Amino acid sequence: MSEPVIESLASESGWQRFRRDRAAVWSGWFLVSIAAVCFLSPLIAPYPYMAQDLAHSAAAPSTAHWLGTDLLGRDVLSRLLQGGMISLCVGLIATSVALVVGIFYGVLAAEVGGRAEDALMRFVDIVSTLPLTLIVILCTVVFGQNMPMIFLAVGGVSWLTMARIIRNQTRELKASQFVQAAESLGQSRWGIFCRHYLPNLAGTIAVCATLTVPGVMLLEAFVSFLGLGVKAPMTSWGLMIKEGADIMEECPWLLISPSVVFALTLLSLNFLGDGLRDAFDPRSSRK
Amino acid sequence: MAYVLRRLLEMIPVLLIVVAATFFLAHAVPGGPFDKDRPLPAEVKARLEQYYGLDQPLPVQLGNYVVNLAQGDLGPSIKYPGWSVREVIGSRMGVSASLGLVSLLLAVLIGVPVGVLAASRPNSWLDRVPMGFTLVGICVPSFVLGPILALIFSLGLGWLPPCGWGSAIHYVLPACTLGLITAAPLARLTRGSLMEVRSLDYVRTARAKGVPPLRVWFVHALRNALLPVVTYLGPAAAGLVSGSFVIESLFDVPGMGRLFVTAIINRDVMLILGTTIVYAVALLFLNLAADLANAALNPKVARSR
Repeated sequence: MSEPVIESLASESGWQRFRRDRAAVWSGWFLVSIAAVCFLSPLIAPYPYMAQDLAHSAAAPSTAHWLGTDLLGRDVLSRLLQGGMISLCVGLIATSVALVVGIFYGVLAAEVGGRAEDALMRFVDIVSTLPLTLIVILCTVVFGQNMPMIFLAVGGVSWLTMARIIRNQTRELKASQFVQAAESLGQSRWGIFCRHYLPNLAGTIAVCATLTVPGVMLLEAFVSFLGLGVKAPMTSWGLMIKEGADIMEECPWLLISPSVVFALTLLSLNFLGDGLRDAFDPRSSRK
Repeated sequence: MAYVLRRLLEMIPVLLIVVAATFFLAHAVPGGPFDKDRPLPAEVKARLEQYYGLDQPLPVQLGNYVVNLAQGDLGPSIKYPGWSVREVIGSRMGVSASLGLVSLLLAVLIGVPVGVLAASRPNSWLDRVPMGFTLVGICVPSFVLGPILALIFSLGLGWLPPCGWGSAIHYVLPACTLGLITAAPLARLTRGSLMEVRSLDYVRTARAKGVPPLRVWFVHALRNALLPVVTYLGPAAAGLVSGSFVIESLFDVPGMGRLFVTAIINRDVMLILGTTIVYAVALLFLNLAADLANAALNPKVARSR
Protein backbone atom coordinates (compact mmCIF):
# COMPACT_ATOMS: atom_id res chain seq x y z
CA MET A 1 0.00 0.00 0.00
CA SER A 2 2.79 2.39 0.80
CA GLU A 3 4.48 2.29 -2.57
CA PRO A 4 1.83 4.02 -4.72
CA VAL A 5 1.61 6.83 -2.19
CA ILE A 6 5.33 7.49 -2.37
CA GLU A 7 5.20 7.35 -6.12
CA SER A 8 2.33 9.80 -6.39
CA LEU A 9 4.08 12.15 -4.01
CA ALA A 10 7.24 11.96 -6.05
CA SER A 11 5.50 12.65 -9.31
CA GLU A 12 3.39 15.38 -7.76
CA SER A 13 6.44 17.27 -6.65
CA GLY A 14 7.67 17.04 -10.22
CA TRP A 15 4.47 18.68 -11.46
CA GLN A 16 4.63 21.21 -8.68
CA ARG A 17 8.16 22.11 -9.66
CA PHE A 18 6.98 22.40 -13.24
CA ARG A 19 4.06 24.63 -12.30
CA ARG A 20 6.34 27.06 -10.54
CA ASP A 21 8.26 27.56 -13.78
CA ARG A 22 6.14 30.37 -15.19
CA ALA A 23 7.83 30.54 -18.60
CA ALA A 24 7.34 26.83 -19.16
CA VAL A 25 3.68 26.91 -18.14
CA TRP A 26 2.88 29.88 -20.36
CA SER A 27 4.75 28.22 -23.22
CA GLY A 28 2.68 25.12 -22.69
CA TRP A 29 -0.57 27.08 -22.89
CA PHE A 30 0.66 29.01 -25.91
CA LEU A 31 1.49 25.77 -27.71
CA VAL A 32 -1.85 24.22 -26.82
CA SER A 33 -3.72 27.22 -28.20
CA ILE A 34 -1.60 27.44 -31.36
CA ALA A 35 -2.12 23.74 -31.99
CA ALA A 36 -5.85 24.07 -31.32
CA VAL A 37 -6.43 26.92 -33.78
CA CYS A 38 -4.20 25.30 -36.41
CA PHE A 39 -5.85 21.90 -36.24
CA LEU A 40 -9.33 23.47 -36.15
CA SER A 41 -8.42 25.73 -39.07
CA PRO A 42 -10.68 23.91 -41.59
CA LEU A 43 -13.58 24.98 -39.35
CA ILE A 44 -12.53 28.38 -38.05
CA ALA A 45 -10.30 29.87 -40.76
CA PRO A 46 -11.95 33.01 -42.17
CA TYR A 47 -11.32 31.92 -45.79
CA PRO A 48 -10.38 28.65 -47.50
CA TYR A 49 -6.57 28.61 -47.54
CA MET A 50 -6.31 28.23 -51.30
CA ALA A 51 -9.14 30.58 -52.32
CA GLN A 52 -7.66 33.21 -54.63
CA ASP A 53 -9.06 36.70 -54.85
CA LEU A 54 -7.00 38.45 -57.48
CA ALA A 55 -8.98 41.67 -57.06
CA HIS A 56 -7.53 42.00 -53.56
CA SER A 57 -4.02 40.63 -54.09
CA ALA A 58 -1.06 41.77 -51.99
CA ALA A 59 -3.31 43.79 -49.72
CA ALA A 60 -1.97 45.08 -46.42
CA PRO A 61 -3.62 43.90 -43.19
CA SER A 62 -7.18 45.19 -42.85
CA THR A 63 -10.40 44.27 -41.07
CA ALA A 64 -11.40 41.92 -43.89
CA HIS A 65 -7.98 40.20 -43.97
CA TRP A 66 -6.42 40.54 -40.52
CA LEU A 67 -2.94 39.63 -41.73
CA GLY A 68 -3.32 40.83 -45.31
CA THR A 69 -3.30 38.78 -48.50
CA ASP A 70 -0.53 37.33 -50.64
CA LEU A 71 0.22 37.88 -54.33
CA LEU A 72 -2.64 35.61 -55.40
CA GLY A 73 -5.06 37.30 -53.02
CA ARG A 74 -5.12 34.40 -50.57
CA ASP A 75 -5.83 35.24 -46.96
CA VAL A 76 -2.59 35.14 -44.96
CA LEU A 77 -4.24 34.26 -41.66
CA SER A 78 -5.97 31.22 -43.16
CA ARG A 79 -2.75 30.12 -44.81
CA LEU A 80 -0.85 30.66 -41.57
CA LEU A 81 -3.24 28.30 -39.79
CA GLN A 82 -3.07 25.68 -42.53
CA GLY A 83 0.72 25.99 -42.72
CA GLY A 84 0.86 25.63 -38.96
CA MET A 85 -1.10 22.41 -39.19
CA ILE A 86 1.48 21.02 -41.62
CA SER A 87 4.47 22.27 -39.63
CA LEU A 88 3.09 20.92 -36.34
CA CYS A 89 2.21 17.60 -38.00
CA VAL A 90 5.78 17.29 -39.27
CA GLY A 91 7.02 18.17 -35.80
CA LEU A 92 4.89 15.55 -34.08
CA ILE A 93 5.13 12.70 -36.58
CA ALA A 94 8.80 13.08 -37.44
CA THR A 95 9.60 13.28 -33.74
CA SER A 96 7.69 10.05 -33.17
CA VAL A 97 9.76 8.42 -35.91
CA ALA A 98 12.95 9.71 -34.30
CA LEU A 99 11.68 8.56 -30.91
CA VAL A 100 11.02 4.98 -32.00
CA VAL A 101 14.35 4.65 -33.80
CA GLY A 102 16.27 6.36 -31.01
CA ILE A 103 14.77 4.25 -28.22
CA PHE A 104 15.29 1.04 -30.14
CA TYR A 105 18.87 1.89 -31.08
CA GLY A 106 19.83 3.20 -27.66
CA VAL A 107 18.40 0.26 -25.75
CA LEU A 108 19.89 -2.18 -28.24
CA ALA A 109 23.34 -0.65 -27.85
CA ALA A 110 23.15 -0.79 -24.06
CA GLU A 111 21.84 -4.35 -24.13
CA VAL A 112 24.48 -5.87 -26.42
CA GLY A 113 27.31 -4.18 -24.55
CA GLY A 114 31.03 -4.58 -25.13
CA ARG A 115 32.62 -4.01 -28.50
CA ALA A 116 29.34 -4.04 -30.40
CA GLU A 117 28.08 -1.24 -28.17
CA ASP A 118 31.22 0.80 -28.81
CA ALA A 119 30.84 0.26 -32.53
CA LEU A 120 27.15 1.25 -32.48
CA MET A 121 27.84 4.43 -30.54
CA ARG A 122 30.87 5.31 -32.66
CA PHE A 123 28.57 5.02 -35.66
CA VAL A 124 26.21 7.56 -34.07
CA ASP A 125 29.14 9.90 -33.39
CA ILE A 126 30.32 9.72 -36.97
CA VAL A 127 26.91 10.09 -38.56
CA SER A 128 26.14 13.13 -36.44
CA THR A 129 29.12 14.94 -37.95
CA LEU A 130 27.81 14.46 -41.49
CA PRO A 131 25.77 17.12 -43.27
CA LEU A 132 22.37 15.60 -42.60
CA THR A 133 20.42 18.38 -44.25
CA LEU A 134 21.90 17.18 -47.53
CA ILE A 135 20.57 13.71 -46.93
CA VAL A 136 17.09 15.02 -46.16
CA ILE A 137 17.11 17.12 -49.31
CA LEU A 138 18.28 14.15 -51.40
CA CYS A 139 15.58 11.93 -49.90
CA THR A 140 12.78 14.37 -50.64
CA VAL A 141 14.03 14.68 -54.21
CA VAL A 142 14.40 10.94 -54.74
CA PHE A 143 11.21 9.75 -53.11
CA GLY A 144 9.07 12.69 -54.12
CA GLN A 145 7.91 15.66 -52.13
CA ASN A 146 4.99 13.89 -50.46
CA MET A 147 4.19 14.31 -46.80
CA PRO A 148 4.94 10.78 -45.50
CA MET A 149 8.36 10.96 -47.13
CA ILE A 150 9.14 14.26 -45.45
CA PHE A 151 8.10 12.80 -42.07
CA LEU A 152 10.33 9.78 -42.59
CA ALA A 153 13.35 11.64 -43.92
CA VAL A 154 13.29 14.33 -41.24
CA GLY A 155 12.66 11.80 -38.47
CA GLY A 156 15.25 9.46 -39.94
CA VAL A 157 18.08 11.91 -39.30
CA SER A 158 16.88 13.31 -35.96
CA TRP A 159 17.20 10.26 -33.72
CA LEU A 160 20.94 10.47 -33.00
CA THR A 161 20.90 12.58 -29.83
CA MET A 162 17.96 10.59 -28.57
CA ALA A 163 19.81 7.30 -29.08
CA ARG A 164 22.81 8.64 -27.19
CA ILE A 165 20.81 9.76 -24.16
CA ILE A 166 18.65 6.63 -24.07
CA ARG A 167 21.72 4.42 -24.22
CA ASN A 168 23.38 6.20 -21.30
CA GLN A 169 20.23 5.91 -19.21
CA THR A 170 19.69 2.27 -20.11
CA ARG A 171 23.24 1.41 -19.14
CA GLU A 172 22.61 2.78 -15.69
CA LEU A 173 19.31 0.95 -15.44
CA LYS A 174 20.89 -2.27 -16.59
CA ALA A 175 23.38 -2.12 -13.74
CA SER A 176 20.72 -1.26 -11.16
CA GLN A 177 19.66 -3.79 -8.58
CA PHE A 178 16.02 -4.07 -9.52
CA VAL A 179 16.87 -4.95 -13.11
CA GLN A 180 19.42 -7.48 -11.94
CA ALA A 181 16.80 -8.92 -9.63
CA ALA A 182 14.36 -9.22 -12.52
CA GLU A 183 17.08 -10.90 -14.56
CA SER A 184 17.89 -13.43 -11.89
CA LEU A 185 14.19 -14.20 -11.51
CA GLY A 186 14.24 -15.17 -15.17
CA GLN A 187 12.29 -12.36 -16.73
CA SER A 188 12.79 -12.13 -20.50
CA ARG A 189 14.67 -9.22 -22.08
CA TRP A 190 11.44 -8.03 -23.66
CA GLY A 191 9.72 -8.20 -20.28
CA ILE A 192 12.50 -6.16 -18.71
CA PHE A 193 12.25 -3.68 -21.55
CA CYS A 194 8.50 -3.21 -21.06
CA ARG A 195 8.29 -3.46 -17.27
CA HIS A 196 11.50 -1.77 -16.18
CA TYR A 197 13.22 0.16 -18.92
CA LEU A 198 10.29 1.96 -20.55
CA PRO A 199 8.67 3.25 -17.33
CA ASN A 200 12.01 4.48 -16.02
CA LEU A 201 12.95 6.05 -19.31
CA ALA A 202 9.57 7.76 -19.72
CA GLY A 203 10.64 11.08 -18.20
CA THR A 204 13.79 11.26 -20.27
CA ILE A 205 11.86 10.33 -23.38
CA ALA A 206 9.29 13.06 -22.80
CA VAL A 207 11.95 15.70 -22.29
CA CYS A 208 13.96 14.50 -25.28
CA ALA A 209 10.88 14.49 -27.48
CA THR A 210 9.92 18.04 -26.51
CA LEU A 211 13.41 19.23 -27.32
CA THR A 212 13.49 17.31 -30.62
CA VAL A 213 10.30 18.88 -31.97
CA PRO A 214 11.79 22.35 -32.60
CA GLY A 215 14.80 20.89 -34.40
CA VAL A 216 12.55 18.78 -36.57
CA MET A 217 10.26 21.70 -37.40
CA LEU A 218 13.30 23.78 -38.24
CA LEU A 219 14.57 21.10 -40.60
CA GLU A 220 11.23 20.90 -42.40
CA ALA A 221 11.11 24.68 -42.69
CA PHE A 222 14.62 24.62 -44.10
CA VAL A 223 13.77 22.10 -46.77
CA SER A 224 10.51 23.86 -47.61
CA PHE A 225 12.34 27.17 -47.75
CA LEU A 226 14.55 25.76 -50.49
CA GLY A 227 11.41 24.76 -52.39
CA LEU A 228 12.09 21.07 -51.85
CA GLY A 229 9.57 20.33 -49.12
CA VAL A 230 5.85 20.96 -48.96
CA LYS A 231 4.34 21.67 -52.37
CA ALA A 232 1.78 24.28 -53.43
CA PRO A 233 -1.13 24.83 -52.99
CA MET A 234 -0.43 23.45 -49.53
CA THR A 235 1.93 25.45 -47.41
CA SER A 236 4.00 25.31 -44.27
CA TRP A 237 5.55 28.02 -42.17
CA GLY A 238 8.93 27.51 -43.83
CA LEU A 239 7.41 27.92 -47.28
CA MET A 240 5.48 31.02 -46.21
CA ILE A 241 8.65 32.61 -44.84
CA LYS A 242 10.34 31.87 -48.15
CA GLU A 243 7.52 33.46 -50.15
CA GLY A 244 7.55 36.43 -47.80
CA ALA A 245 11.32 36.86 -48.05
CA ASP A 246 11.08 36.97 -51.86
CA ILE A 247 8.93 40.09 -51.82
CA MET A 248 9.69 41.58 -48.43
CA GLU A 249 10.35 44.98 -49.97
CA GLU A 250 6.80 45.40 -51.24
CA CYS A 251 4.82 43.31 -48.75
CA PRO A 252 6.71 42.95 -45.46
CA TRP A 253 3.61 41.52 -43.74
CA LEU A 254 4.02 38.33 -45.77
CA LEU A 255 7.38 37.79 -44.09
CA ILE A 256 6.66 39.11 -40.62
CA SER A 257 3.60 37.15 -39.54
CA PRO A 258 4.86 33.62 -40.36
CA SER A 259 8.33 34.48 -38.98
CA VAL A 260 6.94 35.72 -35.68
CA VAL A 261 4.59 32.77 -35.21
CA PHE A 262 7.29 30.27 -36.14
CA ALA A 263 9.89 31.82 -33.84
CA LEU A 264 7.40 32.05 -30.95
CA THR A 265 6.46 28.40 -31.38
CA LEU A 266 10.09 27.29 -31.36
CA LEU A 267 10.79 29.49 -28.34
CA SER A 268 7.85 27.99 -26.43
CA LEU A 269 8.93 24.47 -27.29
CA ASN A 270 12.39 25.19 -25.92
CA PHE A 271 11.00 26.76 -22.74
CA LEU A 272 8.64 23.84 -22.26
CA GLY A 273 11.40 21.29 -22.81
CA ASP A 274 13.75 23.05 -20.37
CA GLY A 275 10.96 23.32 -17.82
CA LEU A 276 10.10 19.66 -18.10
CA ARG A 277 13.75 18.71 -17.78
CA ASP A 278 14.28 20.83 -14.70
CA ALA A 279 11.13 19.46 -13.10
CA PHE A 280 11.48 15.78 -13.88
CA ASP A 281 15.16 15.08 -14.38
CA PRO A 282 16.72 14.97 -10.92
CA ARG A 283 20.23 15.19 -12.33
CA SER A 284 19.80 18.53 -14.02
CA SER A 285 18.66 20.55 -11.01
CA ARG A 286 19.95 23.98 -11.93
CA LYS A 287 20.81 26.67 -9.51
CA MET B 1 50.41 11.00 -33.81
CA ALA B 2 49.18 7.42 -33.84
CA TYR B 3 45.84 8.81 -32.79
CA VAL B 4 45.67 11.20 -35.74
CA LEU B 5 46.60 8.36 -38.05
CA ARG B 6 43.89 6.14 -36.62
CA ARG B 7 41.31 8.87 -37.00
CA LEU B 8 42.40 9.47 -40.60
CA LEU B 9 42.15 5.76 -41.36
CA GLU B 10 38.74 5.69 -39.74
CA MET B 11 37.57 8.32 -42.18
CA ILE B 12 38.04 6.01 -45.17
CA PRO B 13 35.20 3.58 -44.42
CA VAL B 14 32.99 6.52 -43.37
CA LEU B 15 33.63 8.25 -46.67
CA LEU B 16 33.01 5.04 -48.59
CA ILE B 17 29.64 4.67 -46.91
CA VAL B 18 28.80 8.31 -47.63
CA VAL B 19 29.85 7.90 -51.26
CA ALA B 20 27.85 4.71 -51.73
CA ALA B 21 24.74 6.06 -50.00
CA THR B 22 24.82 9.34 -51.89
CA PHE B 23 25.61 7.52 -55.12
CA PHE B 24 22.55 5.32 -54.99
CA LEU B 25 20.34 8.13 -53.74
CA ALA B 26 21.56 10.50 -56.44
CA HIS B 27 21.07 7.88 -59.13
CA ALA B 28 17.59 7.12 -57.86
CA VAL B 29 16.58 10.74 -58.47
CA PRO B 30 13.75 10.52 -60.98
CA GLY B 31 14.55 12.19 -64.31
CA GLY B 32 18.02 12.02 -65.81
CA PRO B 33 20.24 14.99 -66.67
CA PHE B 34 19.44 14.56 -70.36
CA ASP B 35 15.66 14.65 -69.93
CA LYS B 36 14.76 18.14 -71.03
CA ASP B 37 11.60 19.81 -72.22
CA ARG B 38 12.59 18.89 -75.75
CA PRO B 39 13.52 15.20 -75.76
CA LEU B 40 16.87 14.36 -77.34
CA PRO B 41 16.94 11.85 -80.20
CA ALA B 42 17.37 8.34 -78.83
CA GLU B 43 20.81 7.79 -80.43
CA VAL B 44 22.17 11.10 -79.18
CA LYS B 45 21.02 10.30 -75.68
CA ALA B 46 22.55 6.82 -75.92
CA ARG B 47 25.86 8.25 -77.12
CA LEU B 48 25.86 10.84 -74.35
CA GLU B 49 25.12 8.21 -71.72
CA GLN B 50 27.87 6.03 -73.15
CA TYR B 51 30.28 8.95 -73.07
CA TYR B 52 29.59 9.61 -69.40
CA GLY B 53 29.51 5.90 -68.58
CA LEU B 54 25.89 6.09 -67.52
CA ASP B 55 24.93 3.01 -69.56
CA GLN B 56 26.81 0.62 -67.33
CA PRO B 57 25.25 -1.19 -64.38
CA LEU B 58 25.18 0.92 -61.21
CA PRO B 59 27.67 -1.12 -59.13
CA VAL B 60 30.20 -0.85 -61.97
CA GLN B 61 29.64 2.89 -62.14
CA LEU B 62 30.12 3.10 -58.38
CA GLY B 63 33.34 1.11 -58.62
CA ASN B 64 34.68 3.38 -61.36
CA TYR B 65 33.67 6.41 -59.39
CA VAL B 66 35.48 5.28 -56.24
CA VAL B 67 38.63 4.44 -58.21
CA ASN B 68 38.58 7.90 -59.81
CA LEU B 69 37.82 9.51 -56.47
CA ALA B 70 40.89 7.93 -54.92
CA GLN B 71 42.89 9.82 -57.54
CA GLY B 72 41.14 13.07 -56.75
CA ASP B 73 38.94 12.97 -59.84
CA LEU B 74 35.30 13.78 -59.16
CA GLY B 75 34.20 13.07 -62.72
CA PRO B 76 32.89 15.31 -65.48
CA SER B 77 30.11 17.78 -64.85
CA ILE B 78 27.05 16.98 -66.90
CA LYS B 79 25.36 20.36 -66.78
CA TYR B 80 28.52 22.39 -67.30
CA PRO B 81 30.01 20.72 -70.40
CA GLY B 82 33.77 20.89 -70.68
CA TRP B 83 34.18 21.45 -66.95
CA SER B 84 35.06 18.78 -64.47
CA VAL B 85 33.19 18.64 -61.18
CA ARG B 86 36.45 19.43 -59.45
CA GLU B 87 36.81 22.66 -61.40
CA VAL B 88 33.20 23.69 -60.81
CA ILE B 89 33.47 23.04 -57.08
CA GLY B 90 36.94 24.56 -56.94
CA SER B 91 35.63 27.81 -58.37
CA ARG B 92 32.93 28.02 -55.69
CA MET B 93 34.61 26.49 -52.67
CA GLY B 94 36.75 29.50 -51.78
CA VAL B 95 33.69 31.71 -51.46
CA SER B 96 31.86 29.33 -49.14
CA ALA B 97 34.94 28.45 -47.13
CA SER B 98 35.82 32.10 -46.48
CA LEU B 99 32.22 32.98 -45.64
CA GLY B 100 32.02 29.95 -43.34
CA LEU B 101 35.27 30.77 -41.58
CA VAL B 102 34.37 34.43 -41.10
CA SER B 103 30.99 33.37 -39.67
CA LEU B 104 32.57 30.82 -37.36
CA LEU B 105 35.15 33.34 -36.19
CA LEU B 106 32.41 35.89 -35.59
CA ALA B 107 30.41 33.31 -33.66
CA VAL B 108 33.35 32.45 -31.40
CA LEU B 109 34.33 36.10 -30.90
CA ILE B 110 30.77 37.02 -29.90
CA GLY B 111 29.58 33.82 -28.27
CA VAL B 112 32.45 33.00 -25.90
CA PRO B 113 32.91 36.50 -24.40
CA VAL B 114 29.15 36.88 -23.93
CA GLY B 115 29.06 33.54 -22.15
CA VAL B 116 32.01 34.48 -19.93
CA LEU B 117 30.43 37.83 -19.11
CA ALA B 118 27.12 36.22 -18.24
CA ALA B 119 28.77 33.62 -16.03
CA SER B 120 30.84 36.23 -14.20
CA ARG B 121 27.71 37.90 -12.77
CA PRO B 122 25.08 35.16 -12.71
CA ASN B 123 21.44 36.30 -12.42
CA SER B 124 22.30 39.97 -12.79
CA TRP B 125 21.17 42.00 -15.79
CA LEU B 126 24.55 41.23 -17.34
CA ASP B 127 23.46 37.59 -17.35
CA ARG B 128 19.73 37.90 -18.01
CA VAL B 129 19.74 40.28 -20.97
CA PRO B 130 22.36 38.53 -23.13
CA MET B 131 20.94 35.10 -22.28
CA GLY B 132 17.50 36.30 -23.34
CA PHE B 133 18.98 37.31 -26.65
CA THR B 134 20.67 33.95 -27.10
CA LEU B 135 17.33 32.22 -26.58
CA VAL B 136 15.93 34.34 -29.38
CA GLY B 137 19.00 33.50 -31.44
CA ILE B 138 18.37 29.80 -30.98
CA CYS B 139 14.73 30.04 -32.00
CA VAL B 140 15.01 32.40 -34.94
CA PRO B 141 16.24 30.35 -37.89
CA SER B 142 18.82 31.83 -40.26
CA PHE B 143 16.28 32.21 -43.03
CA VAL B 144 14.21 34.47 -40.79
CA LEU B 145 17.10 36.50 -39.38
CA GLY B 146 18.65 37.00 -42.84
CA PRO B 147 15.65 38.68 -44.47
CA ILE B 148 14.97 40.72 -41.33
CA LEU B 149 18.55 42.02 -41.22
CA ALA B 150 18.36 42.79 -44.94
CA LEU B 151 15.02 44.55 -44.42
CA ILE B 152 16.52 46.76 -41.70
CA PHE B 153 20.06 47.45 -42.85
CA SER B 154 19.84 47.52 -46.61
CA LEU B 155 16.25 48.35 -47.52
CA GLY B 156 15.49 50.49 -44.48
CA LEU B 157 18.76 52.24 -43.66
CA GLY B 158 20.55 51.63 -46.95
CA TRP B 159 23.89 50.96 -45.24
CA LEU B 160 24.65 47.61 -46.85
CA PRO B 161 24.02 46.04 -50.23
CA PRO B 162 21.08 43.58 -49.99
CA CYS B 163 22.79 40.97 -52.13
CA GLY B 164 25.70 40.30 -54.43
CA TRP B 165 29.32 39.32 -54.02
CA GLY B 166 32.72 40.73 -54.75
CA SER B 167 33.96 43.06 -52.03
CA ALA B 168 34.36 42.89 -48.28
CA ILE B 169 31.11 44.74 -47.61
CA HIS B 170 29.18 41.88 -49.16
CA TYR B 171 30.37 39.63 -46.35
CA VAL B 172 28.65 41.65 -43.67
CA LEU B 173 25.03 40.55 -43.93
CA PRO B 174 25.52 36.82 -44.69
CA ALA B 175 28.37 36.46 -42.18
CA CYS B 176 26.44 38.31 -39.47
CA THR B 177 23.36 36.16 -40.05
CA LEU B 178 25.27 32.90 -39.86
CA GLY B 179 27.58 34.13 -37.11
CA LEU B 180 24.85 35.44 -34.81
CA ILE B 181 22.83 32.24 -35.18
CA THR B 182 25.88 30.16 -34.25
CA ALA B 183 26.98 32.51 -31.47
CA ALA B 184 23.78 31.95 -29.50
CA PRO B 185 24.29 28.27 -28.59
CA LEU B 186 28.03 28.94 -28.07
CA ALA B 187 27.28 31.64 -25.51
CA ARG B 188 24.84 29.41 -23.64
CA LEU B 189 27.29 26.54 -23.67
CA THR B 190 30.15 28.72 -22.41
CA ARG B 191 28.03 30.12 -19.59
CA GLY B 192 26.68 26.72 -18.55
CA SER B 193 30.05 25.05 -18.49
CA LEU B 194 31.73 27.95 -16.67
CA MET B 195 29.02 27.84 -14.01
CA GLU B 196 29.73 24.17 -13.50
CA VAL B 197 33.49 24.48 -13.44
CA ARG B 198 33.68 27.42 -11.04
CA SER B 199 32.15 25.41 -8.23
CA LEU B 200 34.72 22.61 -8.58
CA ASP B 201 37.28 21.87 -5.92
CA TYR B 202 40.35 22.76 -7.93
CA VAL B 203 39.04 26.27 -8.59
CA ARG B 204 38.45 26.73 -4.87
CA THR B 205 41.94 25.42 -4.16
CA ALA B 206 43.45 27.87 -6.60
CA ARG B 207 41.55 30.70 -4.99
CA ALA B 208 42.51 29.54 -1.50
CA LYS B 209 46.20 29.44 -2.27
CA GLY B 210 45.97 33.06 -3.35
CA VAL B 211 45.95 33.02 -7.13
CA PRO B 212 44.65 36.39 -8.36
CA PRO B 213 40.92 36.17 -9.22
CA LEU B 214 41.33 37.09 -12.87
CA ARG B 215 44.01 34.45 -13.26
CA VAL B 216 41.77 31.85 -11.63
CA TRP B 217 38.98 32.87 -13.91
CA PHE B 218 40.82 32.87 -17.22
CA VAL B 219 43.62 30.35 -16.72
CA HIS B 220 42.09 27.78 -14.40
CA ALA B 221 38.37 27.87 -14.98
CA LEU B 222 38.04 28.99 -18.57
CA ARG B 223 40.51 26.51 -19.98
CA ASN B 224 38.51 23.64 -18.56
CA ALA B 225 35.17 25.21 -19.34
CA LEU B 226 36.03 25.64 -22.99
CA LEU B 227 36.20 21.88 -23.60
CA PRO B 228 32.53 21.36 -24.45
CA VAL B 229 32.58 24.61 -26.40
CA VAL B 230 35.42 23.38 -28.59
CA THR B 231 33.67 20.07 -29.07
CA TYR B 232 30.57 21.93 -30.17
CA LEU B 233 32.48 23.64 -33.00
CA GLY B 234 32.20 20.47 -35.10
CA PRO B 235 28.39 20.35 -35.07
CA ALA B 236 28.37 24.15 -35.36
CA ALA B 237 30.26 23.84 -38.63
CA ALA B 238 27.69 21.33 -39.86
CA GLY B 239 25.01 23.87 -38.97
CA LEU B 240 26.87 26.52 -40.93
CA VAL B 241 26.87 24.25 -43.97
CA SER B 242 23.12 23.81 -43.97
CA GLY B 243 22.72 27.48 -43.11
CA SER B 244 24.78 28.37 -46.15
CA PHE B 245 22.25 26.68 -48.44
CA VAL B 246 19.61 29.26 -47.70
CA ILE B 247 21.91 32.19 -46.91
CA GLU B 248 23.72 31.88 -50.21
CA SER B 249 20.48 31.80 -52.18
CA LEU B 250 19.09 34.62 -50.08
CA PHE B 251 22.04 36.98 -50.52
CA ASP B 252 22.98 35.79 -53.99
CA VAL B 253 26.40 34.50 -52.96
CA PRO B 254 28.08 32.34 -55.63
CA GLY B 255 29.15 29.58 -53.23
CA MET B 256 28.88 25.86 -52.82
CA GLY B 257 25.56 25.91 -50.97
CA ARG B 258 23.86 27.40 -54.00
CA LEU B 259 25.77 25.06 -56.27
CA PHE B 260 24.36 22.09 -54.36
CA VAL B 261 20.79 23.38 -54.51
CA THR B 262 21.14 24.06 -58.24
CA ALA B 263 22.65 20.62 -58.78
CA ILE B 264 19.66 19.07 -57.02
CA ILE B 265 17.22 21.02 -59.17
CA ASN B 266 19.19 20.16 -62.35
CA ARG B 267 19.50 16.49 -61.38
CA ASP B 268 23.25 16.78 -62.00
CA VAL B 269 24.23 13.49 -60.39
CA MET B 270 27.99 13.99 -60.56
CA LEU B 271 27.80 17.45 -59.07
CA ILE B 272 25.47 16.28 -56.26
CA LEU B 273 27.93 13.53 -55.43
CA GLY B 274 30.91 15.84 -55.63
CA THR B 275 29.49 18.54 -53.35
CA THR B 276 28.28 16.01 -50.79
CA ILE B 277 31.70 14.37 -50.64
CA VAL B 278 33.49 17.69 -50.30
CA TYR B 279 31.14 18.70 -47.48
CA ALA B 280 31.59 15.36 -45.73
CA VAL B 281 35.39 15.53 -45.96
CA ALA B 282 35.43 19.12 -44.73
CA LEU B 283 33.23 18.31 -41.75
CA LEU B 284 35.17 15.18 -40.83
CA PHE B 285 38.39 17.18 -40.80
CA LEU B 286 36.82 19.99 -38.79
CA ASN B 287 35.68 17.47 -36.20
CA LEU B 288 39.13 15.98 -36.06
CA ALA B 289 40.56 19.47 -35.56
CA ALA B 290 38.07 20.11 -32.76
CA ASP B 291 39.04 16.85 -31.06
CA LEU B 292 42.74 17.65 -31.37
CA ALA B 293 42.17 21.11 -29.91
CA ASN B 294 40.32 19.42 -27.10
CA ALA B 295 43.25 17.13 -26.42
CA ALA B 296 45.60 20.11 -26.42
CA LEU B 297 43.44 21.82 -23.80
CA ASN B 298 42.82 18.76 -21.70
CA PRO B 299 45.80 16.63 -20.65
CA LYS B 300 43.41 13.97 -19.37
CA VAL B 301 42.07 13.31 -22.85
CA ALA B 302 45.54 13.38 -24.36
CA ARG B 303 46.82 10.79 -21.91
CA SER B 304 43.88 8.43 -22.25
CA ARG B 305 44.82 7.79 -25.85
